Amino acid sequence: MTLPSIASLLRPSQYFTVRGGVHPETRKNLSSESAIEDMPIPSLLRIPLQQHIGAEAEPMVKRDDHVLKGQLIGKARGPVSANIHAPTSGRVIAVGHFAAPHPSALPVPTITIRPDGEDTWGPRLPRLRPENATPEEIAAQVAEAGIVGMGGATFPAAVKLNLRARYDLHTLVINGAECEPYLTCDDRLMRERAEDIYDGIGIMARALGVRQIVVAIESNKPQAIAAMQQFDRALGIPSRVQVVPTQYPMGSEKHLVKTITGRETPARALTADLGVVVHNAGTAHAVHLAVRYGEPLISRVVTVSGRGVKRPANVRVLIGTPVAEVLEHCGGLVEDPDRLLLGGPMMGQPIQNRRVPVVKGTSGILALTAAETPDRDTMPCIRCGRCAQGCPVGLTPFELNARIQSGDLEGAVKIGLLDCLTCGCCSFACPSNIPLVQTIHYAKGKLAEEEGRRHQQEEAKRLAAARKAREEAAAEAKRQMMAKRKAEMAAKKKREAEAAARAASAETPPDQAPTSQPQTAQAESTRDGGATQ
Amino acid sequence: MIEAAASMSALGLGLGLLLGVAARRFHVETPPIIDEIDGILPGTNCGACGYPGCRGLAEAMAEGTAPVTACTPGGRDVALQLAEIVDPGGDGDAALSDMADEEPHVAFIFEDHCTGCMKCFKRCPTDAIIGANKQIHTVIVDACIGCDACVEVCPTEAIVIRAKPRTLKSWYWEKPQPKFGAGAEEYPA
Repeated sequence: MTLPSIASLLRPSQYFTVRGGVHPETRKNLSSESAIEDMPIPSLLRIPLQQHIGAEAEPMVKRDDHVLKGQLIGKARGPVSANIHAPTSGRVIAVGHFAAPHPSALPVPTITIRPDGEDTWGPRLPRLRPENATPEEIAAQVAEAGIVGMGGATFPAAVKLNLRARYDLHTLVINGAECEPYLTCDDRLMRERAEDIYDGIGIMARALGVRQIVVAIESNKPQAIAAMQQFDRALGIPSRVQVVPTQYPMGSEKHLVKTITGRETPARALTADLGVVVHNAGTAHAVHLAVRYGEPLISRVVTVSGRGVKRPANVRVLIGTPVAEVLEHCGGLVEDPDRLLLGGPMMGQPIQNRRVPVVKGTSGILALTAAETPDRDTMPCIRCGRCAQGCPVGLTPFELNARIQSGDLEGAVKIGLLDCLTCGCCSFACPSNIPLVQTIHYAKGKLAEEEGRRHQQEEAKRLAAARKAREEAAAEAKRQMMAKRKAEMAAKKKREAEAAARAASAETPPDQAPTSQPQTAQAESTRDGGATQ
Repeated sequence: MIEAAASMSALGLGLGLLLGVAARRFHVETPPIIDEIDGILPGTNCGACGYPGCRGLAEAMAEGTAPVTACTPGGRDVALQLAEIVDPGGDGDAALSDMADEEPHVAFIFEDHCTGCMKCFKRCPTDAIIGANKQIHTVIVDACIGCDACVEVCPTEAIVIRAKPRTLKSWYWEKPQPKFGAGAEEYPA
């Protein structure tokens, strides 16, 4: 037996686990037994033009246009961007701004569609046969369908499928960990659509040119594991379903790769540097739909949960559906929630405005009652070190907090502020309820804003220099023009003088020369001068 | 004719030589600190500081007659860098104590009042105003430094300087203010 074959028998996940992490109550049972249901078409759809990381999409429709289901309404701009499609047929009633599904609720460019209720499909994308398609064709189809990472990071999937050009990739990891408490959308999708997801995985593996596939699922989802295991031999590439321990933040891509391969991704590097690409299970399903059926990404499965919701459920909603309507579909709220979150309870963002839309990255809508949210009475730090033990990237959150609170952002960067995932383990672990991750959020945002301002100052400098150069060039051109005109004037005068001299010499020998001759010569020379000018 | 051309050329050559010699002979050495300060200043010559352009401010600052906080479009960031050069070893923050971390400002044109006179368009140091003759002008927010130059020349007072609208890119969470926390002074002794 050769050494590599022995090594292949070892499953690193049995020996490696992530550093730190916490074990919050998962509370997935609230919604894990309700099958995915389709939500009826809402009365209004508000589709933001930026639902992904990268550049905002460019609107392709205007007010009063009639759009069909699946029609391109926002075109990707630049290399990292994503297309946006109409989720149903209807009339565009506004191309303007609306509150973003974000804690700030700042207005963002949004297309508002009033559905006509017909749900008429427009022309779909041409179907591909992935068995015969080249990797480039698959990636192009995924880009055309506007697919982004469905785990919540919303990075354009096609960009990640094109990584094979720059990295030597050997493993595709499918992230089915779903480590956030409450969320069950990936769990349900894997139970109900395992075959479709596996088809999507096969298509992505073909596009990436990887040699093996690992589907990673947390141990608290036995039905999903069983469902996915039914199909793991269906592909030509060796693939396996890997059970990973239930631990938050297992779904972080770098931690998942560490668990599966035993190799740690260097700070600020990509998992692709290790030859591993991670895609979400939901993304695989979207790829299946796009390639096999030519359907763009126009809906997603959202977990609606929390004790504040009457009927927790997993709902397939159209992109752009207002949060309030999704909640209503689930029986409405039993009581006024203490917090309304988009995403999971650990990393999700609170929202104030319930009319904001569901976007491609919305994995959950959680209405948490006061009993479910942590106590907010802050106590002094007792130096217990639980935040440092819980930190999955090995930082010291109490120290970061101290430096940030005293205004020393550079000092915080020195001890690894930028490596923080903002996973929230530190705040969860803190027995004094110190808002550690909230402070880090502030510091990261402030740093990014300062960076943006610095960039803008440099741009202003460049613009001013360009303007100065342009003005100088204009002045120079004017000077040259003046010089040219002067030279012409001089040449004209010279010709006149010569003509006069010629006339004078012609005049002297024959005495009877006509007096009008110099005048005509002068006239001719003037005409010449005019022509040269 | 030839005499005229020759005399003009000779005059030009002679005077040029004279200028060249004078430039060398009466050369004034500028302290390198002025160049250094000039390099940090935005270089837009917007005039918001009240000095004749960025160079003028740099000279005044090198002399010590202008405070390091004089450049308002540059903001706190530029002032901090300047404080390091002008007063090395000194506490940069002390000089800046009177300078709050100000919100960035940009110009805004009320379209109802704009006559399309092109005056602001010509005056803008960063080409942040777009428009044409008798067409309503508008400000490119990302290029505007909020220097006030256009406000002064607008004949219809259609331009105001206002806080830069926040976007998702520039928004961030407020700093949490826990009752107890990191600041040692908050602990009971």
